[in-house]
Amino acid sequence: MSGGNTFLKRLQTGDPLAFAQLVEENQGQVYNLALRMLGDPQEAEDVLQETFLSAYKALPGFEGRSSLSTWLYRIASNASLMRLRRKQPDTISVDEPLTLDAGNSLPRQLVDWSNLPEEELLSSESRQAMDEAVSELPEPLRIVFILRDLQGLSTAETGEVLGLSEGAVKTRLHRARLWLRERLSTYFAERMR
Amino acid sequence: MSHETCRNLLSQLSDYIDGELEETLCAEIEQHMAGCPDCRAVVNTLEKTIELYRTTERAEVPIDVQSRLYKVLKLDSLDHSF
Repeated sequence: MSGGNTFLKRLQTGDPLAFAQLVEENQGQVYNLALRMLGDPQEAEDVLQETFLSAYKALPGFEGRSSLSTWLYRIASNASLMRLRRKQPDTISVDEPLTLDAGNSLPRQLVDWSNLPEEELLSSESRQAMDEAVSELPEPLRIVFILRDLQGLSTAETGEVLGLSEGAVKTRLHRARLWLRERLSTYFAERMR
Repeated sequence: MSHETCRNLLSQLSDYIDGELEETLCAEIEQHMAGCPDCRAVVNTLEKTIELYRTTERAEVPIDVQSRLYKVLKLDSLDHSF
């Protein structure tokens, strides 16, 4: 990310080249977050456009308390969650305390598939099973897992994006990982027979 | 997997895998795993799960999606050579 106060000043005074640079450098992260969160390329494109349109309007008021990258992640996360909520109005808000049991129960799958050959683990069918597993994660766990383990943000950055404490991020990440392990174990255990 | 030690281990696994657990606790986990095949399987497969996801490739933003984005943002007439 091009940093510094000069770049921010150029953005805030409406310099189109600076804004184009912001888009160029961050469109990949925004698109991937939305695609992984929503699982639909068309919706990911809509979130991509919404994110940068919102950012453009909000830039004059941006106070620089977080990095521009974190700020864009926040806008994109909110846009993705809003879309999911419109489709499933009963889902749980990301900042509500977690009461659901997802990923919080004892492991049931105890087959050790970790030494399966790479071609089995990395096959396109396996990748599809992995994507499906993520898409079925409850939203409050999914967004944390995507930001932390797929997009590579730190625990602190993930907390900043979602307005969660580091403890809450860690708890959700742990539950997400256990949940996904369970799902992949069911899938890969079948391949060991 | 029902023993109290297994339950305790399970709650600390992410910190253990992320290298964020104290050395003494890591040693306790490793000692327990040496005699508990169930926990060993959970740790190995959890590590593998995280590794598999972390190595998934990022999708490139398709060229047509980029073009429409620049058009919506009215940046399509700019030269993007930063």
